[in-house]
Amino acid sequence: MTVVDLEKGAPQNAPQNAPHGAPGKAAEGISADTDAVAVLPDVPRRIGGVTRSGVLSVFGAAASGLCVAVLLFGELAPFSGALGFFVTAYLAFLGIYAVLTGLEENGQAVRDRVMTVVLWSAGGLMFAALTMVLGFTAWRGREALPHANFFTQDMQAAGPLDPLTHGGIAHAMLGTIIMIAIALAITVPLGLACAVYLNQIPGRFSRFVRTIVEAMTALPSIVAGLMVYAVWILNLGMQKSGLAAGFAISVMMLPIVIRAADVVLRLVPGTLTEASEALGAPRWRTVWHVVLPTARSGLATAVILGTARGIGETSPVLLTAGFTAALNADPTSGPMVSLPLAVFNFVKSPEPTMIARGFGAAAVLMALVLVLFVIARVIGGRGPGHQNKRQARRAARASRRDATRFAELHTPGLKLFETGSDENGEQADPPGSAENHENPGDDSRPRGAGNGAPSHHAPAADDGEPTPPNGSPADGGTRAGGNTDAATGDSH
Amino acid sequence: MVSALRGSAGAESERPVPRRPSPARGLGDRIFRVQLTAAGVIVLAIMAAVGLFLLLRAGQALRTRGVWGFLTTADWQPDVHRFGIAAVLTGTLFIAAVAVTISVPLALGTALFISDIAPRPLRRTLVSMVDLMAAVPSVVYGLWGLFFLQQHVIGLSRWLSDWFGWIPFLHVDGTQPGEPLASQSVYTASTFVAGIVVALMVAPIQCSVMREVFAQAPAGEREGAYALGATRWGMIRAVVLPYGMGGIIGGTMLGLGRALGETIAVYLIISPVFTIQPHILQTGSNSVSSLIALHYGDASAFGMSALMAAGLALFLLTLAVNFTASSIVARSRSGAQSEA
Repeated sequence: MTVVDLEKGAPQNAPQNAPHGAPGKAAEGISADTDAVAVLPDVPRRIGGVTRSGVLSVFGAAASGLCVAVLLFGELAPFSGALGFFVTAYLAFLGIYAVLTGLEENGQAVRDRVMTVVLWSAGGLMFAALTMVLGFTAWRGREALPHANFFTQDMQAAGPLDPLTHGGIAHAMLGTIIMIAIALAITVPLGLACAVYLNQIPGRFSRFVRTIVEAMTALPSIVAGLMVYAVWILNLGMQKSGLAAGFAISVMMLPIVIRAADVVLRLVPGTLTEASEALGAPRWRTVWHVVLPTARSGLATAVILGTARGIGETSPVLLTAGFTAALNADPTSGPMVSLPLAVFNFVKSPEPTMIARGFGAAAVLMALVLVLFVIARVIGGRGPGHQNKRQARRAARASRRDATRFAELHTPGLKLFETGSDENGEQADPPGSAENHENPGDDSRPRGAGNGAPSHHAPAADDGEPTPPNGSPADGGTRAGGNTDAATGDSH
Repeated sequence: MVSALRGSAGAESERPVPRRPSPARGLGDRIFRVQLTAAGVIVLAIMAAVGLFLLLRAGQALRTRGVWGFLTTADWQPDVHRFGIAAVLTGTLFIAAVAVTISVPLALGTALFISDIAPRPLRRTLVSMVDLMAAVPSVVYGLWGLFFLQQHVIGLSRWLSDWFGWIPFLHVDGTQPGEPLASQSVYTASTFVAGIVVALMVAPIQCSVMREVFAQAPAGEREGAYALGATRWGMIRAVVLPYGMGGIIGGTMLGLGRALGETIAVYLIISPVFTIQPHILQTGSNSVSSLIALHYGDASAFGMSALMAAGLALFLLTLAVNFTASSIVARSRSGAQSEA
């Protein structure tokens, strides 16, 4: 970083740059009047940044590339097709740009410039594709979406030839909600527990589970559907239903959620768990009060992203849910439709109104995924251990309460919980601080280390477990000190 | 360091270890351990059940046909016991190959763009957009491919087959180069179109795996390259790409796994044929997953067993690809922290 920053400022003003190169040149014995010439090779290389000649070459090359393509397509060669035009124009642009840059730069810099443009266009192409996919769906959905009945009716009374003022996708929306609720009810507890298992109980077996789960993240969704079809419908003799579809979506979502949650849990700072363990908390309290709250936002993101994937899957539902045009709120009996399945069935019809309905349903599905995604980003925008203001205030309040409570207990060695707010610290202090001055050397270090940890959740870990430090304060104190010191030393 | 400590504590819980850092286990901890282990076992059981039940259900069809016959027959008529996945499996592989060929340069370029080229304030937004792209439902991609992309690709397909038709797999039967009135329908619903759509679906996944690894390339080595006078592209070639090689291969394989299993987008675009179709620009193709989606509804009990066998083959194929991917990522230097 610093290198880049230095260089951005430097070469705009060559004379100012001279002092940088001066010692070296003095040693080489270059005379002062040739200095201006000799400085040139010593100008540090620019990395990134915009120059006027660079911008001009890009635009010049773009214009001439376009002209070459027009010439080739219109006059000289029998090419055709919009995509072919763009490909040709782009290749011509790259070639001309390389030549233009080559006029004033050496080979290395030309390669750098050209590759920079190529990478920009790769990024641009990717995001253009995304915009095109989303925009096209929304654009084609514009015919169906303005009708209120599209959201309130099902397709039972509407035939394929009926106009868009009849029928809607209420049944599919309800079906999606029910199926994803079933899938979440299975996936969230099981998936999070499994992720905690992978993190908290290491060993050969959990490594094996992790390998299997990672391999299963790309499980073809239709195979998940086939599996539920084989077990639920063929072996157990149940009928196709929303419940079966929920199971199929769960099988598909489980590995995704476990993997994402596993990654998030691994990011929980070891200092926090070790501080909690050093305070004598059993493993389950450490997990419940330290690990999970610290990773809360990341876990929410994992679940929401898994949900977004699960909502959009068609093929497991296709095999297990059956198809109906009627509203069905009972997941245990009768076929049920989800949004993607409805889209799939609508667009298979040749009727334009049905296709318009399909695009409308796809736009609704897209909006749903988008909303889930934005929620996930808002919740999970921060890394583990970072709190927003409200969370920080709440944690501070909890710590303050604890501090008051422990101060009332008159326990020596437990004045660990200063929360940084002075007036409350003062209120809680007097009984404790008197004790504290008796053995300052033993106590001050662990306290410092504890408060230096990035989360205020750690103190709450000891909530209902004051016993171990009570029993042997000195032992607990030294252990805490040694452990946290070692851990902080490692992590910083 | 931390995990090593904890690991040894977990593994050698019986032997007396001096100064064990984990606290003494009470009843609560034992219950906790049992619950978590149960969760792990249940998840493992579910995942094992996928393979097990497919195998169980596929048994009948595989016994009738024999594994070799099942793999080499291109026809699909289970009710007269003439069926096999030679056509659909090669179709799946062709579509995946087209998808990976298109998506890898795109994903690699985008990943490098986000990690090294894009203006710093933009990067977080770009990362979110790539993740969003990975979350877009496949049926939406399918709609886009069917109603928008297909008609725009025909020109490119024709151009490719006119000029490069001498390459065997780009050849299209029934067309002459330079014949302007040739029917456009020979270019629709082809492996190529399906491959492009699947490429767009898997590129974000590949991109995010690659980007994560590139972002971990040690800053010390990056700045060292700059200090030696490298250009930015020189730095990328000397530091980021070698460091991220495992991520590139792993991400590619993960995308390949997804491309092999993609159902709905492929189903919407291709027109199914049951012969081996090596001409990727020509109409007609097939894949294992769209075969299942096409036939599950009208299948007899035996036909269902045959479909299960096809599903099993797809399952084993993706599993093999994914295992290879994760072991490559795990073994490479990618992700290792440097001292700098």
